[in-house]
Amino acid sequence: MSSKNDQSNKFSSTRRKLLMGIAALPAVPLLASTGLLSTPAFAQAPATSEVNTTGLAVTDTEVTVGILHSVTGTMAISETGSVQAEKLAIDQINAMGGVLGRKIKFIQEDGASDWPTFAEKAKKLLVNDKVAAIMGCWTSASRKAVLPVVEQYNGMLYYPTFYEGLEQSKNVIYTGQEATQQILAGLDWVAKTKEGKTFYLIGSDYIWPRTSMKIARKHIEGHLKDSSVVGEEYFPLGHTQFNSVINKIKLKKPDVIYAAVVGGSNVAFYKQLKAAGIDLSKQTLLTISVTEDEIDGIGGENIAGAYSSMKYFQSLDNPNNKEFVAAFKKMWGEKTVIGDVTQAAYLGPWLWKMTVEKAGSFDIDKVAAASPGIEFNKAPEGYVKIHDNHHLWSKARIGLAQPDGQFKVVFETPDLIEPDPFPKGYQ
Amino acid sequence: MLKSDRTFFLRPQDMIGIAILAILLVVVLPLTLDNFRLQFVGKYLTYAFVALGLVLCWGYAGILSLGQGVFFGLGGYCMAMFLKLESSSVEATKIQTTPGIPDFMDWNQITALPLMWQPFNSLTLTIIAVILVPALFAFIVGFAMFKRRVGGVYFAIITQALAAIMTILIIGQQGYTGGINGITDLRTLNGWDIRTDSAKTILYFVCVALLIACILIAYFVKSSKLGRILVAMRDKEDRVRFSGYDVANFKVFVFCLAASLSAIGGAMFTLQVGFMSPSFVGIVPSIEMVIYAAVGGRLSILGAIYGTLLVNWAKTSFSESFPELWLFGLGGLFIAVVLIFPNGLAGLWQTYIAPRLGPLFGGASARRASPPAATPPAAPSSGTAAPAAAE
Repeated sequence: MSSKNDQSNKFSSTRRKLLMGIAALPAVPLLASTGLLSTPAFAQAPATSEVNTTGLAVTDTEVTVGILHSVTGTMAISETGSVQAEKLAIDQINAMGGVLGRKIKFIQEDGASDWPTFAEKAKKLLVNDKVAAIMGCWTSASRKAVLPVVEQYNGMLYYPTFYEGLEQSKNVIYTGQEATQQILAGLDWVAKTKEGKTFYLIGSDYIWPRTSMKIARKHIEGHLKDSSVVGEEYFPLGHTQFNSVINKIKLKKPDVIYAAVVGGSNVAFYKQLKAAGIDLSKQTLLTISVTEDEIDGIGGENIAGAYSSMKYFQSLDNPNNKEFVAAFKKMWGEKTVIGDVTQAAYLGPWLWKMTVEKAGSFDIDKVAAASPGIEFNKAPEGYVKIHDNHHLWSKARIGLAQPDGQFKVVFETPDLIEPDPFPKGYQ
Repeated sequence: MLKSDRTFFLRPQDMIGIAILAILLVVVLPLTLDNFRLQFVGKYLTYAFVALGLVLCWGYAGILSLGQGVFFGLGGYCMAMFLKLESSSVEATKIQTTPGIPDFMDWNQITALPLMWQPFNSLTLTIIAVILVPALFAFIVGFAMFKRRVGGVYFAIITQALAAIMTILIIGQQGYTGGINGITDLRTLNGWDIRTDSAKTILYFVCVALLIACILIAYFVKSSKLGRILVAMRDKEDRVRFSGYDVANFKVFVFCLAASLSAIGGAMFTLQVGFMSPSFVGIVPSIEMVIYAAVGGRLSILGAIYGTLLVNWAKTSFSESFPELWLFGLGGLFIAVVLIFPNGLAGLWQTYIAPRLGPLFGGASARRASPPAATPPAAPSSGTAAPAAAE
């Protein structure tokens, strides 16, 4: 099993440039030389029989977790950042002595951008490998496919992506924001500072944009003063022809374009906006689907001037984040960018470690029960805390896209926002 | 018995082949694999239904369909709709705005169960729909195409377009179909929890039994007069037509049969895996299913089953060992098969292994078995011309 782990590590590094390979090299012997490291740090580790009563893959020196993301297929471009962040966190935790005196070993599986494969691999990790936790999934569809599996086999999933809400499970910790955390504060901000009264909603056609827009519309019509939605449109995933909607936007002249277009469609959408002469420094555009990762594809010059509503930006100015960005770039190369989800994925292993230590056990039931109230002060986004509903308390921030592909943070909520996956009055 | 051999649809070596496959699936695999791996085999076997349909449709009748995923998906969706309705009882969905309808409908602001979902409240109607809906769809497509004498590459392209259309339709109509997420979180079949290990094992054996039954149907079709007309049609369509046969009807029939076989696989897939999604309907999975048949040997009914098992086993084990490189390994396997063994596993068997096995059996049984055994190597070689041209 450990040889498999090393293999995947080596293979991932051969794929990268030589320099990065060299940077990652210290990690390989670190993972391989379990015996050498174990003696001083793990002397007072509690007995395995005490911390593992349900037959998970925990030995006296090691505990196994699973990493389950797409590293092939269309989603690989988005999910690679999450894999990198999770490996970084695991490395750092191991360097600090591991969890309950045990080093974390990971088994990586490829979801291949295919939801059934995600379910199959999740089952393999839980049934075959008996992992103590899974860091994984990205799209809602992959989570929906994996959810019945983790519930049936009683696993623990740390899910990093901002998502539509309407879900809560004992077996899942949602480290990204649910829809209301991402949407409401952003809309309030745009209504106040940009005096936005009319909104045009545009999204890709699947569950996340649809649910997000439903919440946005209720908020605009019900909670913002004399505001209205002047248009709402959805396009199939991968759609690249936005000219007709851009013409409608020109006709309706909304104060705010509110966008949740995802994936490759983003590139076409922003380029065509620019080509149609819509200047984002004059036309307010607020998106909930563009992070630094997407700008990499869109091109900073095409989207400069747009606002994005997230909980984390790479440019965030705090000591935790500076440390995180430096460590991330050291491990994965100077050119990598860190988006909202990558940061949320980084939280997963840390939150799990702290929960296990609070519970004093790797048992899933105890970890699930101990999760509410777990606080993480060193999070790059700042302080976070797990709510009773297994989502995170977090802040909302607005970033202004810069031509260099980074965001300038122009607003952040003063307090942490309470997660509310089943918002009353918004359904 | 000896006399009936001439008219009975199974030749002795076919019976031996089926018996070996049955022993492998019913005895050997369940005894040697743990529950977890056995469930994978069960899942792979559902694709074998599609490969079986392709052997009939592509191997024997020369109709290459690149849209079998559509039928697999239709069968799977029919079953998933029934299971979803069962798990969306009013108590289970009371947090929704409209309790009692599937959760994704509620998310899409639908407030009543759509008409097209109504029949799926009944298991009987669902089972009928699993077999008939895809067959009906195949009939409409086949009738429209074959009556106009559209065939070969053109037909393959049109089926591929159908797969694309079907995916877009399912993803686009997410209020009615679950969209890109598919229909998830299926729990019980008439109150029987299908998620437990024992249920999965039972479903595995049901799947094997259905597969063997479908194999027998395939052999029956192959050895009947119909089967011979199909082969004749593949090799010299005009000659068959001039002999007074309506070629289109035979093509429509075999296409519908392949569709129904695929759909049974799809329904078994939903039962065993617990969900259905548009990712089985599109172009890529449809082509993958053709590859299963190609690897196994498109002229061999049993070969297609082994091909499906081998490709899927390779897919799972490659991707477990090399999460970032496995696609290359799989691609290499396909290229090797097409370049080196164009007739797939079955071709290998017939050219290298079967001739050597013949003498081993010796005696009377060999005399009985060997004359017909000499024909299969001949049949593929004469038969490759037409499908190869269609590629």
